Amino acid sequence: MLGEIRNFIGKEIKSEWKQKYAFQGLLLYVITTVFVCYLSFRQVIDPPTWNALFWIIQLFAGVTAVAKSFIQESPGRILYYYTLSDPRAIILAKIIYNLILMLALSMINIGFYSWFVGNPVEDHLMFFVAIILGSAGFASVLTMVSAIASKAGNSSTLMSILSFPILIPLLITTIRLSKNAMDGLSWSVNYQYVVLLACLNAMVCAMAYLLFPYLWRE
Amino acid sequence: MNTPTTTTVSLLSGISWWKWLSIVLVLYSIIGGFLVDVPRLAILNESIRNLFFHVTIWFSMIIIMFASMYYAIKYLSNGKAENDIISEQCVNTGIFLGILGLLTGAMWAKFTWGAWWVNDAKLNGAASAMLVYLAYVVLRGSIPDFHKRARISAVYAIFAFALMIVFIMILPRMTDSLHPGSGGNPGFGTYDLDKNMRMVFYPAVIGWALFSAWITNILVRIRKLQLENDQIQ
Repeated sequence: MLGEIRNFIGKEIKSEWKQKYAFQGLLLYVITTVFVCYLSFRQVIDPPTWNALFWIIQLFAGVTAVAKSFIQESPGRILYYYTLSDPRAIILAKIIYNLILMLALSMINIGFYSWFVGNPVEDHLMFFVAIILGSAGFASVLTMVSAIASKAGNSSTLMSILSFPILIPLLITTIRLSKNAMDGLSWSVNYQYVVLLACLNAMVCAMAYLLFPYLWRE
Repeated sequence: MNTPTTTTVSLLSGISWWKWLSIVLVLYSIIGGFLVDVPRLAILNESIRNLFFHVTIWFSMIIIMFASMYYAIKYLSNGKAENDIISEQCVNTGIFLGILGLLTGAMWAKFTWGAWWVNDAKLNGAASAMLVYLAYVVLRGSIPDFHKRARISAVYAIFAFALMIVFIMILPRMTDSLHPGSGGNPGFGTYDLDKNMRMVFYPAVIGWALFSAWITNILVRIRKLQLENDQIQ
């Protein structure tokens, strides 16, 4: 199982590297969005707005990035994976791969965002924890939703309407945690949000692990 | 010879006991809910009676959504089309109850908090849960193949119920909330629910749950007839 997951992640990274335009497209998407935000706001403003804007950019980048994980796979290739390996290994590998992708995007996002707009964060370590937990949540929810949406007709619209309501509570908790990190509140205050987000992520991953084998069959 | 009276009588005798019970209990909860003596509490005043309507409707919504998850799991394990139809119609009834719950909640909020909607963890969670289930309806609509639709929406129904429980029961308890029963506020079952109120509240929950099971039962029968009709044509 672990070997399968590792091989599959390796394969995903290789195929991403082969079609560099997809990742370059995402990169440009994030940079352009940040630049548009910079031009519309000039310089931001109060910390809550900075924080909310960062996570909204992150949300849209995430939906765009993860949507392709199942939707863009051809049916033939999916059949090929089906004959090769355990579906649970595939969903876990996809979630881990998308987590890596989301982390890479968020680093680029925070880099350009700080460069153009400025960075009022006080507790950088805590903010980094918030980014990791938020990215993990986005990756697990969006991968599962993309697997569901890929089976239906108008999958790009479905991707948004299925994932946004699920992401709202996750997003709100993450925004609160990162806001606390920006204000430099102590770890004892943030502890409960960290635990909550970790539990939410674990729950979504467990659901994906249990349910994906039923989605898989054609 | 079928005179109108005999038809009515035979229709009425066709109603099984639990449907009668639901009629009696819901009527009792409405009449009792407006007449029973309630504790005089500041701010709440008479609006405390909303407990008999809003809370019972949401309880039966959670029960009916649980049923939808149960039948979704059953569909995934045995693949019978009937389970899929029941699961789907449970969601439809649940959405109807959810809308009633949001409306009664909004009325209560207007008279106790002063606004139709407040930015609160419990309310936002409830709204997200409703959006998750509305998305279920759209998802079903966008898959034409019967078996594929049944399987994928069963997976989504299980996912949705787990998330709804997190959104309306767990998250509001973790953060501050104005809503009674979360964020450290007293809810039902503590001091503000006295003996009189319990005597209406518990029968009302059972009544609304049975009533929503009845609605679902009718919806399932309609859907089955539609499917049969499609096959004949």
